[in-house]
Amino acid sequence: MSAKDPAIQAPKVSYFRLTLAALGSGMIKAFNTNKTSWVGLGLFAFVCLLALLAPLIAPHDPLDQNILDRLEGPSWEYWMGTDAYGRDTLSRILHGARISLLIGLVSITAALLIGTVIGLVAGYVGGKTDIIVMQIMDVLLAFPSLILGLIVVAMLGPSITNLVIAIALTAIPHFARIARAPTIVVKEREFVEAGRALGYSNIRLMGGHILPNILPEVLVMGFLWLATAIRVEASLAFIGLGVSPPTATWGGMIREGFENILDNFWLAFFPSLAILIVVFALNLLGDGLRDAIDPRLRGES
Amino acid sequence: MSGFVLKRMGFAVITLIAVLTIVFFIVRILPGDPAMVILGDQASQQSIELLRARLGLDRPLIVQYYDFMSGVAVGDWGTSMVSGRPVIAEILKVLPATLELTFAALILGAVIGIPLGVWAAISRNTIPDYLIRLASLLGLSFPAFVSAVLLLFAFAIYLPMFPVMSSGRGTTLGARLNDLALPAINLGLIMAAYITRVSRSAMLEVLGQDYVRTAKAKGIRFSAIIWRHCLRNTMIPVVTVVGLYLGILIGNSVLTEIVFNRPGLGRLIVGALNQRDYTMLQGMMVIYTLLVVVVNLLTDLTYGLIDPRIKYS
Repeated sequence: MSAKDPAIQAPKVSYFRLTLAALGSGMIKAFNTNKTSWVGLGLFAFVCLLALLAPLIAPHDPLDQNILDRLEGPSWEYWMGTDAYGRDTLSRILHGARISLLIGLVSITAALLIGTVIGLVAGYVGGKTDIIVMQIMDVLLAFPSLILGLIVVAMLGPSITNLVIAIALTAIPHFARIARAPTIVVKEREFVEAGRALGYSNIRLMGGHILPNILPEVLVMGFLWLATAIRVEASLAFIGLGVSPPTATWGGMIREGFENILDNFWLAFFPSLAILIVVFALNLLGDGLRDAIDPRLRGES
Repeated sequence: MSGFVLKRMGFAVITLIAVLTIVFFIVRILPGDPAMVILGDQASQQSIELLRARLGLDRPLIVQYYDFMSGVAVGDWGTSMVSGRPVIAEILKVLPATLELTFAALILGAVIGIPLGVWAAISRNTIPDYLIRLASLLGLSFPAFVSAVLLLFAFAIYLPMFPVMSSGRGTTLGARLNDLALPAINLGLIMAAYITRVSRSAMLEVLGQDYVRTAKAKGIRFSAIIWRHCLRNTMIPVVTVVGLYLGILIGNSVLTEIVFNRPGLGRLIVGALNQRDYTMLQGMMVIYTLLVVVVNLLTDLTYGLIDPRIKYS
């Protein structure tokens, strides 16, 4: 048998394209299984669009103080009222969305990449490596994530980068766990065996063959964790560990609103609503997708 | 059984040691010198050195680590750098308030969440199911401080039914409950959202079991099947999730205590963070870790109570 024999020659494939294609069709199928996912996606996309366009559509400068118009309720001039410095709440919410989404997306992308690699390798290699790595992850998991985030931000100082680090750190063990479980199942499947028989390297098997199979589950968790990340960022900002003022953050705005709640209820209300909409949209999205790809729920209807 | 308990306890101790080690080093690499923070930046070099020596910060890291770990083991958690009182005393003073809140929230969450989850499961894909699922998803989308602020506004300011600040120090039962009500409702509703979801999915799984079909075929009343046959079998995942979400509950209790200005671990930790009270922070880490480890242990042991088939081998 010559190496030219098409039967045993390794096919030339772009793993990246294959992964994308599998993911694309899988995701669309998952979306269609549970239509609420589309609602969540639509809502989330709308918020992202508003955040992107914030500098163009915000009616006022988010930092512009107008001391004569302080603590006003909703009006034609200020749709959502003003804060204690006379800054426009709507404009601050639009700009605050950029911070929340930026921190959420970057931290969860980082956690997803690092956590997936850890889980994938631990699950694939197995044995002692697996036990030790997952034990470390479990220890990290044992700690309440908000408390861990609190300590890390307090120790590094509140900046966007440090918030990203803190939130990513708390999410990594979760992704490692989520990636590891299906890896253990998938690595026993025939196509992986076949790849190994063809002499594929471990990295190629993991990256090109196992990863596309576990990616949907990891991505779904990504949406749910994005919701958590946005919530944690807002919570930290509320405690006073958010991006430093005067930058508008939703958590920080609610804190200010809370301090002035007797004078202007709206100040706390609108940013609360904004957080709620984003987190709810992401939960709707992730939850619908999870139902769709959960093997235990698959096939029954 | 006792072998299992011993093994689990051994594992809990190892986890405790690992987390404490991580915590110790995290707190040590905090930028900023605590002595300088306490004395202010006008302080002379000499007085800073003196305070560092008094706090033991001038000793090698490994010696500090040994002292810390052995101190934790014998209950000597150091003295607060701010108040000068023993850390463990400060923590024990407010711990009951936090535990009271957490337990009340857990009970409320279970009382609301389990029936709702069961109802959603048995009326799967009908209007009640959709509404319950939507409500629970909404419930777990609420950051705890957002719901706390809204509850505070609605039921303490707009409708003054409950105190704005809950001192947590009421002497009569009525006063205590009144203090506890809003914070507990806040945490309890969030907990209920989680419990509803897991009860629903656990119940759905049980409803598909053979013994349920058999029971139906025997003509047993539907309510009896649900309450006597199914419910107990759904409790294992529910207890697991309650144990897992305790971390979330603890995090949320911090926020809730801040909003309702209620004494507890939450306010203690935020105060310690603001004042760079290292020993207090360390103590807080110890107590949080202890709480989580103990709850995990209790979760594991509860399985046996719920399900006698589990033999703890």
